[in-house]
Amino acid sequence: MSEARDSGAAIGRSVPRPRADRLLAGQGRFTDDISLPRMVHAAFLRSPHPHARIRSIDVAAAAQAPGVVRVVTGAEIAAQCKPYAGLHQLFSGMRVPDQVPMAVDVARWQGEPVAVVVAVSRAQAEDAVELIAVDWEPLASVVDPRAGAAPDAPVIHAALGTNVAYDGTVAHGDIDATLTAAAIIVEGDFTFGRHTGVCLETRSILADYRASDETLTVYESHQCPAQQQDIFARLLGLADNKVRVVCPDVGGAFGIKQQLYGDELAVCILSRLLRRPVKFVADRLESFTSDIHAREHRVKARLAVSADGRLLGLDVDDWFGIGAYSQYPRSSIGEGSHVLRITGAAYDLAAYRARMRMVLQNKNMVGHYRSVGHPIAIAVAETLIDDAARKLGIDPVEIRRRNYIAEAGYPHASHGGFVFEQLSLHACLDKIVALMDLPRLRREQDESRRKGVYLGIGLASFVELTGTGPDYYGKGEVRVSAQDGCMVKLEPSGKIRCFSSVTDQGQGVDTAIGQIVADMVGVPFDDVAVFSGDTEVSPYGGGAWASRGASMGGEAAVRAGRALRENILAVAGCVLQARPDELAIEQGAVVNAGDRRIRMTLAEVARIGYFRQDLLPAGMQPELSVVRHYVPHGRTFVATNGIQGSLVEVDPDTGFIRLLRHFVVHDGGTMINPMLVEEQIRGGVVQGLGAALYEEINYGTDGELTTGTMADYLVPMAFEMPDIDIGHVSVPLSGSELGAKGVGEAGTAGASAAVINAVNDALAPFDAHLTQLPMSPERVLRALRKIA
Amino acid sequence: MDEMRHVTLTVNGEPVSRPVPVRLSLVDFLRGDLGLTGTHVGCEHGVCGACTVRLDGRIVRGCLMLAVQADGAAVETIEGVSDSGEINGLQDEFRNRNALQCGFCTPGILLTANELIRQGRVLTREDVREHLSGNVCRCTGYQAIVDAVMAAASRGSTP
Ligand code: FES
Ligand code: FES
Repeated sequence: MSEARDSGAAIGRSVPRPRADRLLAGQGRFTDDISLPRMVHAAFLRSPHPHARIRSIDVAAAAQAPGVVRVVTGAEIAAQCKPYAGLHQLFSGMRVPDQVPMAVDVARWQGEPVAVVVAVSRAQAEDAVELIAVDWEPLASVVDPRAGAAPDAPVIHAALGTNVAYDGTVAHGDIDATLTAAAIIVEGDFTFGRHTGVCLETRSILADYRASDETLTVYESHQCPAQQQDIFARLLGLADNKVRVVCPDVGGAFGIKQQLYGDELAVCILSRLLRRPVKFVADRLESFTSDIHAREHRVKARLAVSADGRLLGLDVDDWFGIGAYSQYPRSSIGEGSHVLRITGAAYDLAAYRARMRMVLQNKNMVGHYRSVGHPIAIAVAETLIDDAARKLGIDPVEIRRRNYIAEAGYPHASHGGFVFEQLSLHACLDKIVALMDLPRLRREQDESRRKGVYLGIGLASFVELTGTGPDYYGKGEVRVSAQDGCMVKLEPSGKIRCFSSVTDQGQGVDTAIGQIVADMVGVPFDDVAVFSGDTEVSPYGGGAWASRGASMGGEAAVRAGRALRENILAVAGCVLQARPDELAIEQGAVVNAGDRRIRMTLAEVARIGYFRQDLLPAGMQPELSVVRHYVPHGRTFVATNGIQGSLVEVDPDTGFIRLLRHFVVHDGGTMINPMLVEEQIRGGVVQGLGAALYEEINYGTDGELTTGTMADYLVPMAFEMPDIDIGHVSVPLSGSELGAKGVGEAGTAGASAAVINAVNDALAPFDAHLTQLPMSPERVLRALRKIA
Repeated sequence: MDEMRHVTLTVNGEPVSRPVPVRLSLVDFLRGDLGLTGTHVGCEHGVCGACTVRLDGRIVRGCLMLAVQADGAAVETIEGVSDSGEINGLQDEFRNRNALQCGFCTPGILLTANELIRQGRVLTREDVREHLSGNVCRCTGYQAIVDAVMAAASRGSTP
């Protein structure tokens, strides 16, 4: 590192994001802001039923409506593309159905697209959708996962013969014997409500198929443009070098814009059918019915503990409902798989067993939302640990300290089957005790209890899997790239242009990449312009997922920046008659490596490299653009860790919970931009706080969605949210140049668990206890036995 | 065919006079007809604040108003208040504190916060949080926004 960091040291500085300027001026360019000549608009007819046979569809009236260009049914769309299935070969025995973009013959979730109108305006398309007549035959539906696994349950996909898409167990040690021998067993039956991301910019796509040269250009609000290019080309039978996917500014994504959506694929097909650009922008109701959902889990767990507070073993049983299909391409199993493998991961458990059943239902698909599976696994383990501490009269800090993976125990083979190279659990715990000033908070809690005010303090440690490597999707035969790339180019002015395969939906990863490139080449940060999100010009890579942009994409940027620096010095060396190792680059100029005297500017190097090659020796080929890639070989995930703390006040009369303060100590390794790291953590925490208190997608017992607006599905607002204090422990990632680890999902991972523990702490004097999220006032009152 | 009505108004100080469908919302008119795409649509039913614009000096939700209701009014959007320099101070604080991530909520939040700052009161963090309680930001967690508004208010908002 030191060799390349002798220059401006942009790395480690909290530089503001260059992209912010246009967003602040109202000059963001989101997908719906783009219009093309001859563009038409699509609106979908969606199934009003959770499960129903389509006897017939009559589109005649709709086809005659004003402005209508074409009305197309699901069957016609299906004829235009190959089917696909969200399988993952690492999970043997997994059974999932084939999918096509829209319902054919049977609709299997409320909101599934059934027919689509293309019209001159969106309003006209929506009007015509009302005129489509479908003859429905409602079918019995599967809503609850356990009911769906019963032998007499209706089978959603006849070809599978079952609704159970996966049934797997992870075991380590002898859990039965451990449970028998334990001094105490604490158990819980946890219910986690469904969530969705509620990206403020709804899903949006504009597809432009040009028949003359069979070229498809797609503007899409998405995290993974290269993945979409590959999918569109394969499923539509197009040459992938003629498919271009552009993800312009994206208004929030959080994993929701990481998959293939049937309606979006249908829009590409419509553009090809109609030979003109077709735009589709989901409205908010469509977002709630069809954006990827997450976190529908029912978990029973038992924790065996010795009399002196040693955690001995954990037994976990998870029922996981995934909706009508498995999301493509990643599959829906990620969330359940994490519950299987990382519940209690921060602790050294001699015995562990987890079983997870993943069940198809007549609901919208469940997939990946920020911090996939972690909030479930963490809430289960951390709640049980606090229960054990309460039972044994041990302080929650102490019981954690006693049971973390020993500091001398790394690398640690986890009970879930991962290797944790180095965690900093103890250091994070010490730091949060100081950050929260816990002894003082405990005193305040005692004093206010005497006044009838119920404060609660909760902690939640977490281990988080980030930076997914090729061993996960690669070995699983899922076409998700664990590689990222970076291209850097010296412009004639001496400034740098950079294209990165990692994409930015607001996280600021563009800025981090720019900081890295600036330091590696040796130019001021302001001299680097970073672009991303366009498969036409970006190097190949995975995009934005698994908190890997800065840590993995950053490694590609290190290599690209360094290579360009060497190439610049090679040209400069020829001109200056010096060996490259006698020179360095600093603040945009070539200097003597020894006395740092400026020898020539990068503008001069570029002038010679681009316009005066006659001054270079014969055979010298200036290479002033370079591309480099990075793959995190040999890793399934990069494990990182942290701890969160919550201070709440619970009103036992109303059941109302006030979030007073929240605390996070996190180990993200080396921080490239501390301000952006902290803002990622804060944003993630608030999504976890929403999960704790407000957010829940509800389906009635018949499978009909009852939370279709932002007035029904509540997201956190400014007034309800606390300030969030953040501390850091930075153990650099070994074997990497930067030492950065994932950050973007850490806030969400542990926030809701910290809040449950705080609420249960506040309610302890009442012997009341919650194990269901979100903790609505009604559920609090029920726990207090004040209502039935 | 859609029923049309003629409207005459000013938008960011420029006169606009043209027929519009009576059912067209103000935000769709600004975005679709006038190309002022800085104003966003997040929910279409008055909950999220992404569509906030200024109408005759006070902020309104562009998704809850029809374009025909703006007949005779002076409408200002993020493009207008940004170009005029009116919110420069606020924009600087937002940039320096990273009080925006995806930026989709940002135009609405800037206009809403600017209204609070223009009241010229001494503000507490709670005041700011309360005033912004009709604007959803799904990315930031709000704290940096509160910090930025407090800082801009204390430096008197305008540059
Ligand atoms: S779009 Fe108007 S308030 Fe949400
Ligand atoms: S910055 Fe994304 S919604 Fe506020």
